[in-house]
Amino acid sequence: MGVSIKEVKKIAKLAKLEFKDEELEKFTLQMNEILDYMEQLSEINTDNVEPLYHVIEPGNVLRNDEVKPSYSREEILKNAPVKSDEFILVPRVIE
Amino acid sequence: MEFEPVIGLEVHAQLKTDSKIFCSCSTRFGSEPNSQTCPVCTGMPGVLPVLNTRVVEFAIKLAITTGSKIAKKSIFARKNYFYPDLPKAYQISQYEEPFCSGGHIEIQANGGWKIINLTRIHLEEDAGKLLHPEDNDTHGKTKIDFNRCGVPLIEIVTEPVITSPNEAYLYLTKLKQLLVYLEICDGNMEEGSLRCDANISIMEKGSEKLGVKTEIKNLNSFRGVEKALEYEFERQKGLILNGEKIIQETLLWDANKNIAIPMRSKEEAHDYRYFPDPDLVPLWIDEKWIDKIKSQIPELPKDKKLRFIKQYGLSDYNAEILTTTKELANYFEETVKYCKDFIKASNWIITEVLKILNEKKIEINDFNVSSKNLGTMLKMIEDGIISGKIAKEVFEYMTLTGKSAEEITKEKGLIQITDLEQISKTIDVVLKQNHNEVLAYIDGKEKLFGFFVGQVMKATKGKANPKIVNEELRKKLNSLK
Repeated sequence: MGVSIKEVKKIAKLAKLEFKDEELEKFTLQMNEILDYMEQLSEINTDNVEPLYHVIEPGNVLRNDEVKPSYSREEILKNAPVKSDEFILVPRVIE
Repeated sequence: MEFEPVIGLEVHAQLKTDSKIFCSCSTRFGSEPNSQTCPVCTGMPGVLPVLNTRVVEFAIKLAITTGSKIAKKSIFARKNYFYPDLPKAYQISQYEEPFCSGGHIEIQANGGWKIINLTRIHLEEDAGKLLHPEDNDTHGKTKIDFNRCGVPLIEIVTEPVITSPNEAYLYLTKLKQLLVYLEICDGNMEEGSLRCDANISIMEKGSEKLGVKTEIKNLNSFRGVEKALEYEFERQKGLILNGEKIIQETLLWDANKNIAIPMRSKEEAHDYRYFPDPDLVPLWIDEKWIDKIKSQIPELPKDKKLRFIKQYGLSDYNAEILTTTKELANYFEETVKYCKDFIKASNWIITEVLKILNEKKIEINDFNVSSKNLGTMLKMIEDGIISGKIAKEVFEYMTLTGKSAEEITKEKGLIQITDLEQISKTIDVVLKQNHNEVLAYIDGKEKLFGFFVGQVMKATKGKANPKIVNEELRKKLNSLK
């Protein structure tokens, strides 16, 4: 197992992050340390063990289909760095 | 070389709930921009999404009716990508262990039924809406409306088993019909309640080797899907015949120009890095829940159609049209409570009623001739109170005024004359006025019979019962011979 610098670069790109070369080297090393640590789990045989997706299982957590008041537009738009009266504005994206 | 297309469709249908899939914001269409959002659907840190029960119930309904196998346990996953319509930078969807798998939808093609197999049906949330106005007030920026974020969607994916663009069209029509019958989606394409992406590859007829597929997006009508697939089939065929290769890519359909343009994407091949969403617990569905929903499923289009053929003696064609929507089917069934001739009633609805609905672009529920009024009018034809010809006139007044046939016939004096004495008198007058023609008739010019009928009808303003007119006229003319 383990990751290469190339893979770390790709992961960074997918996360929209940019790093200098020395940072990339450092993070590759750190990521591999983490992966090595997690690798200890492979020592256990899990052949007949169902994957556990959540610690709270089984049991549904559901709500009824009821509308409750939303936040006001002013409140929601507060977090947008650029906005108009009604919309959040971002640099033009065309598909 | 003869080729045939191999098509698979992915349909996203908006589920008709009041609130969003993971929060209590309203799903109402057409509200003020950004007025239906909260920290959950705008992806603020630290919030907890909670699944809407009705979304699950709707999905169970569709799974039962398509024969799809509902997973005892299904999980939600995060599909990660950056785009301004997605404030969380991930969409909550299902990937491994989806809601259900398998199942099928039947379509009627080439005179028989064909089964379109489904791969899976799963649940997910919708993204926001982006607007790219050319106006100056936003300086060419893109506007974001997050109201649609978190609106519940159900995704229905077929196997690559569709073998013509027209089959794709028929499948979509049937799927929409089913969703609307089940009352889980309003089927409104203009409002984006139904969206479709299509995958297509081609292969030599008789071959089993699948070709390289392309995906077509931006298909906003069922006919558009059909057209785009026809276009792409021809394009791929052209490439192969020229010895060129087909590249796996995504194309955008331009409905105005009728062409598909490759989507330029700066990102390398999508890498969504799906993983189970730790904020959501797995969804558990037991038999008891499925049984409860089963009892709520209405009569489905195909069953209704077969029943109409059997119970009312309708043709396949008439039964198909009358069961297009539940509302139209109900209208027919209500109408025939008041009259006896089911076939005539079905013909009247299909020709006269649907003509007006199409002209006025309205639905049957907005039609101002009630099923009772139509049925009663048809009964008046059956009883010989009005003729079929006059019925058309009466019906026209009914559509204009919403009044009943009885009222209109009374007001307009349109009731059919069945009184033997009155008809007999009119015939006498007509024969007297057309003495020369009578002589010619006696001389053997029997074709003139129709002329006399016409004159009698004219004299009674079309109200005389044609059957009685014919009988009486023949009797009288014969006695003159």
